Amino acid sequence: MITLPAEVEAANAGLIEAIDDLVAEYGDDRSALIPILQALRQQRRQISDVAMQVVADRLGIPPVDVQGVVTFYHFLDTTPTGTHVIHLCRTISCAMAGMGAIAARLEHELGISFGETTPDGLFTLSWANCIGMCDAPPALLLNRQALARVTPDQVSELVLGLRAEVSGMIGA
Amino acid sequence: MTLATIEAEQGLRAALALDPAGVVATIRESGMKGRGGAGFPTGLKWQLAAEAVAPDGVRYVVCNADEGEPGTFKDRVLLAELPDLVFEGMTIGGYAIGSHEGICYLRGEYVYLLADLEACLERRRAAGLLGPDVAGSGFAFDITIHLGSGAYVCGEETALIESLEGRRGEPRNRPPFPVVSGFRGAPTVVNNVETFAWAAAILARGADWFAHIGTDRSTGPKLLSVSGDVQRPGVYEFPLGVSIAEVIEAAGGHDAKAAIVGGAAGTCVPARDFGRAISYEDVSTGGAVIVVGPWRDLLEVAENLQWFFANESCGQCTPCRVGNVKLLEGIRALRRGELTVQQLEDMVSLGQTMRIASKCGLGQAAPNVLLSIIENYRSEVLGHIPVGAR
Repeated sequence: MITLPAEVEAANAGLIEAIDDLVAEYGDDRSALIPILQALRQQRRQISDVAMQVVADRLGIPPVDVQGVVTFYHFLDTTPTGTHVIHLCRTISCAMAGMGAIAARLEHELGISFGETTPDGLFTLSWANCIGMCDAPPALLLNRQALARVTPDQVSELVLGLRAEVSGMIGA
Repeated sequence: MTLATIEAEQGLRAALALDPAGVVATIRESGMKGRGGAGFPTGLKWQLAAEAVAPDGVRYVVCNADEGEPGTFKDRVLLAELPDLVFEGMTIGGYAIGSHEGICYLRGEYVYLLADLEACLERRRAAGLLGPDVAGSGFAFDITIHLGSGAYVCGEETALIESLEGRRGEPRNRPPFPVVSGFRGAPTVVNNVETFAWAAAILARGADWFAHIGTDRSTGPKLLSVSGDVQRPGVYEFPLGVSIAEVIEAAGGHDAKAAIVGGAAGTCVPARDFGRAISYEDVSTGGAVIVVGPWRDLLEVAENLQWFFANESCGQCTPCRVGNVKLLEGIRALRRGELTVQQLEDMVSLGQTMRIASKCGLGQAAPNVLLSIIENYRSEVLGHIPVGAR
C-alpha cells in the first residue's frame, strides 16, 4: 500500500474514510472497482486524483487502471458535477422528435453549454447517447431518472422549480 | 403480448422435472436464436457451456440488460413489466448448464429500475425460487445485479465480461468464446433479456409451440421496438418473418421513406423493400425499427448515428476509432456540399474496410447505415455533391 503524504492524507480524511467504508461493503476484489467508483461518484459528485490513488491502493491495482476505468464510462468522470445532473438524449429517435428545441431551451435557461456546470454549482448539463426511451421522445435523465416526452416549456418549469427548491431551503 | 400470458413458474417447474440435458434439448428443439441481435442458437450456446470444462465446477449465467442499441427499448419494458419471467429464464439457464450464480448486467441508464428489480429478487428468494434449494429441487441458484456505467460497447458480450471484472469495456479476442472462458475464466452463458424470457416461455409451453411460430430458420415470436415517424411508437410482438410493411402499418407510419432496422448497427431499408422479412435469414435485428418519414434528410440520420459510433467506439482498434471519425467528417462535408465523388467512393471503401478489419461487432457494424443509404439513395446522395466535383 502506498502511503500518501501526511498533509494530503489529513486534507482528505473524510474521503479516505468513505473509500474504506465502500471497500468494506463491496470487497477489495477487482470486480468491486466499478461499484465502488459508482458509489463514490454518487456520494461526492466527483472522483478526484486522490480518490483514484486511494482506491487503487486498497484494491492493490495500479492507479492508472483506476483512471482508465473512470475515463472510459460516461457515468464515471473526474470532473465534479452540480447538484442536479441533466443528461439529454441526442440519439436518432429523440433527435427526430424535437431534441434540438429541448437542448436550446436547456442552454438558454441554464446559461451554459453542454458539458458545463452552472457557476452556482446547481446544474450540470450533459449529452447522453440513446437512453432507451425511443417510444416517448424527446427524453432526458434528471439525476438518472427518466423524463419522457418533454416539451421546451416543461424544461423551463423544471429548471425554475429546482432553483426555487434551493432558494426555499436557504430562506427556511 | 404472449410473454405476459405465461403462467408464473410453469417453465421453471417443467425444467426442474427434466434433467439439465433435457432442458438444453428443449431449447434446441425450439430453434430459438438469441434475441439480442447476433442470432446465435440459444440451445447450442447452453450446450457448449454445459459441456465446457469448468476446473472448479463454476459456471455463470449472465443476463445482458445493457440495452444500448439506438431505437431499442423492449428490454426496458420487459424488465419493468415482467422481471419475474426474465429471472425465471435465468434460473432455468443456470439449471441447464450447471451454474449456481446468475448476474444481471443492467445498463447504467436504467438505474431507476434497480430498486424494483432488487425487490423482485428478494421476493423470489422468500418464495424459495432462488437460493440454496430452488422450488424444493435441491438445485442452488441465486442472481445478483451489476449496474453498468454508460458504455454502448458493453452490450458486446466480451466487453460486458471485462466490465463485470472491473475493467474498461474493451472487447476480447475470440476465441476463446465466453461459453468456454468467460467471467473469471469460467464457462459463461451471456443471453439477452428477451432470450431468457422466451426460454421460460418455451419450457412452459413446449418447444413445438415455439418452433411452429415464425419461419423454418427464424422460429418464434419477436419483440420489436418501433419508434421514429409513427403515430404509435412502442413494443410490438410479431412472428419472425413478418414484413417490414406490416410492422410499420401496425405502429401507424404513413408514407415512410425508409426504416432503420436493427438500430445504429442495422441497415437502412428503403420503402421499395418494405416487403422484406424481419428474420435472421433476411433483415436481421435485435428488435429496433426506426421509421423515417418522407420529409427527412437521410444524411441527417446518418450523421446522427455516425456521431454515436465515433463517441461510443472503445478506441481499442484503429479501423473503428479512426474510421468512425473520418466517416463523420465525410458526412458533414457532404452535407455542406464540399465532397467530391472520389471522396465519396473513398468513404465507401473505408466503410468496407471497417467491416472487415474492426475487432468487434461495434466497428464492423458502424458503417452499415451509411453504406446502405449511399447504396439505396445514390441519386439523393449525389445531389449533395457540387456539379463540378462529380
